[in-house]
Amino acid sequence: MSDLVALADRVVDGARAGEEVEAYVARGHDVEIRAYEGEIESLSSATTGGVGVRVLVRGEGGARLGFAWAGSLEADVVDDALAEARDNAAFATPDPHLALAEPDGVTPAELDLWDPTVAETATDDKVALALEVERRLRAADPRIRQVPSVDYADERVEVALASTTGIRAYSCRTGAYLAAAAIAGDGPDSHTGTGISAARGFAGLDVERVCADAVARSTRMLGATKPPSGRVTVVFDQRAASTLLAIVSGALSGEAVVKGRSFFAGRVGEQVATGSVTLADDPTDARAFRAAAYDAEGLACRRNLLIESGVLLGFLYDTVSARRAGVASTGSAVRGGYAGTPGVGCRAVVLVPGQLDLEGILASVETGLFVQSMIGVHSGVNPVSGDFSVGVEGLMVRGGELAEPIREATIASTLQRMLQSVLHVGCDLEWLPGVAAGQTLAVADMQLSGN
Amino acid sequence: MASSPLIDPDVLERVLASALRRGGDMAEVFAEDRRSSSAVLDDRRVEELASGRERGAGVRVVDGDTTGYAHTADLSQAGLLAAAEVAAAVARAGGGGTRTVALGPVASAGDRSLVDPAAVDKGRKLELLARADDAARAAGGAITQVQVSYGDSRRRVLVATTDGVHVEDDQVRTRLSVSCVATGDTGMQTGYESVARTEGFEVFDRVAVADLAQVAANRALRKLSARPAPSGELPVVLAGGSGGFLFHEACGHGLEADHIVKDASVYTGRVGEQVASPLVTLVDDGTVAGEWGNFAFDDEGRPAARNVLIQDGVLTDYLWDWLRARKEGRTSSGNGRRQSYQHLPMVRMTNTFLLAGTEDPEELVAQTPRGVYIAKLGGGQVNTATGDFVFGTSEAYLIEDGRITAPLRDANVIGNGPDILRRIDAVATDFAMMPGTCGKDGQSVPVGCGQATLRVTGITIGGTAT
Repeated sequence: MSDLVALADRVVDGARAGEEVEAYVARGHDVEIRAYEGEIESLSSATTGGVGVRVLVRGEGGARLGFAWAGSLEADVVDDALAEARDNAAFATPDPHLALAEPDGVTPAELDLWDPTVAETATDDKVALALEVERRLRAADPRIRQVPSVDYADERVEVALASTTGIRAYSCRTGAYLAAAAIAGDGPDSHTGTGISAARGFAGLDVERVCADAVARSTRMLGATKPPSGRVTVVFDQRAASTLLAIVSGALSGEAVVKGRSFFAGRVGEQVATGSVTLADDPTDARAFRAAAYDAEGLACRRNLLIESGVLLGFLYDTVSARRAGVASTGSAVRGGYAGTPGVGCRAVVLVPGQLDLEGILASVETGLFVQSMIGVHSGVNPVSGDFSVGVEGLMVRGGELAEPIREATIASTLQRMLQSVLHVGCDLEWLPGVAAGQTLAVADMQLSGN
Repeated sequence: MASSPLIDPDVLERVLASALRRGGDMAEVFAEDRRSSSAVLDDRRVEELASGRERGAGVRVVDGDTTGYAHTADLSQAGLLAAAEVAAAVARAGGGGTRTVALGPVASAGDRSLVDPAAVDKGRKLELLARADDAARAAGGAITQVQVSYGDSRRRVLVATTDGVHVEDDQVRTRLSVSCVATGDTGMQTGYESVARTEGFEVFDRVAVADLAQVAANRALRKLSARPAPSGELPVVLAGGSGGFLFHEACGHGLEADHIVKDASVYTGRVGEQVASPLVTLVDDGTVAGEWGNFAFDDEGRPAARNVLIQDGVLTDYLWDWLRARKEGRTSSGNGRRQSYQHLPMVRMTNTFLLAGTEDPEELVAQTPRGVYIAKLGGGQVNTATGDFVFGTSEAYLIEDGRITAPLRDANVIGNGPDILRRIDAVATDFAMMPGTCGKDGQSVPVGCGQATLRVTGITIGGTAT
């Protein structure tokens, strides 16, 4: 650990009089394995490292901020990044709200996010796992005609942050992933089903689950047809619900709110969802895949309750958006690695679980649609206007049970209206890779478009 | 901009020879030195002026059907040899031993940019942002937020293989985009427009950023009075240059040979068949100078090429990279691309477009009694196994009695690729391209899309209005 912290400290020591400097230093080890037809299709492995430097200069009218990054940890390259960030700062617009984070007294959670089995497991064993999943999928069901990919990946990530404003943080984490795709059926009636498992380490991966999901999700779609249009209750499965929740939480960003880009702006204290919705972002829950002790500015991550019994309580903030809004940072800065600047984001969104599991929720629906996957989320959901329209595949629900499969259809509403139409939050909470937990979710009265 | 090679030829030869020490059919070194700069103006302030540098190399070893890959940011001989050692670990067939590799002189595309953005004063880039912000806000009092984003990059690439490939490319890209929010009685609406070119700063001699900003702002303003999009199947007229993504999603991905060889595409085994309306001639062309998906050499060192995929509705060929082409005993079509040296190459589109037809675009609308006119598409996504695909609308209108009428709120449109390609019943003359970013397997690459105004006789609109 110490070499990354030392490197961050060295950058910060290069600050000139009148400058504030922050260094974010990251290093990762990655392994990716793909199995196909009983062979390793590809195996890659690498160590990457880089630094992101922010320089802030105070002056007339506020502070100016410059940023530079480099995909290297070599001293001369890192020095260049500092110089470049300094030069960039000279061109920025002075802004009284700009500032680097300062320690706020909140103690970071003690989280053990490092599983030594990621490093200790031999590559051959990782390869064997991918090959095993491929073999099992091919033998699982006669209707599975192809297994286009089985992927194993793992990572070890270390991050050090230091600043002239007193920030000093080091954290490390591991992750292991297993994903498989299976194709059932022939010709136009071909359907892909995927299975995924994510864990802190190699030992935590759930092979059974990956295989069962890939098989069930592909085979149950056989014979799918385009449904008639109409208004339906939609039951989102855990994975679809996690995607939906991540979109909603994007609109809970204080940055989007202060810049007038969120449909939640100005609605604190109002009933924005049904009473069954209590939503928090809690990166201190070690089970969450993106759990973290520190945010991307080096402040302690904390549990932030955002919607309680349907009432909007507040938003997530990083240092700058908090200053714009006149509040304190909620420790919610995120960044996309060393090449990105901090922005506001959630890491571990979760709904307080309800009473019913999937079966119970389905049983409560006379006629509806069970969605197992969505496409076009990035093109069909507008987090500013709230307009929501996505392609779906899944199964109709009839008499409280899963019925015939459907495809080539969309469901549409607005996010605002969907929140006001949540019927049930599942008790089946599962942490998935991504920023939101998976929980079955039932939403009333959405428009299904098909024939 | 003459510059020294990223890696000396004698070092390349030693690394390539070492990579095949344990056996294998082919070894490759891909090196990249990418400098980029970006600036974002948001909420009337230049918030983020950033510069970045990424430099490194990946070593690939192919042994039968197995590929080993390792990458490093260390371009020294020691660093490259270490990567070669890791990549070579997958070779199990034996047959290695001492190899010598002799590379010929490097084939270079040279520099095609007139004005290297890195040499342009940062102040001039910021002027563009301010001009766009002013123009967007001047478009109407209901414009409540404007974000202008500028970016440029210069990517020097070197590829050398044991098959004798030894090329360099120098790719300069410049982009600017404007996102607006308009606020009215019915809530907020958004508008977006961008220019993105594989060329230098000279792009702004031709493109007026104020016009671009106005287009984005008007898009948001018009939608303030938009009604919900219809739900169900209707005829759709796509404006020229609005929706090349239709083809990118409806069939482009399904024609990528990695899906084809795994029988994971609805287009597998269909070369020679009529897969589309006779009005459809679809081309993928990496050579179109300046377009967003343009380059001289792909990321496996193969020259960019013009490939006809569908001719008069008949499927003529797929898109190929080195690995998949080798399996079929043919040559790559110049479609092996990767996001960076940290990624394996795979089959990707470049600039994919439908050749223009003969109809008058206005006539096409006039001949459509009822339907939807899509002036601008958002992104899309496809399931290649079923061919089902979606794309989003970001500016659309109702067509009533052959006239473009009420603006519509954003929605996704869903169709099945092979089905929709057969339902194209008119293609106009007003061809135009547009830039986009294509994501596949976690890698993003710049692509171009293009088409003239065209009509699809029926496609499902995923709105809420019945």
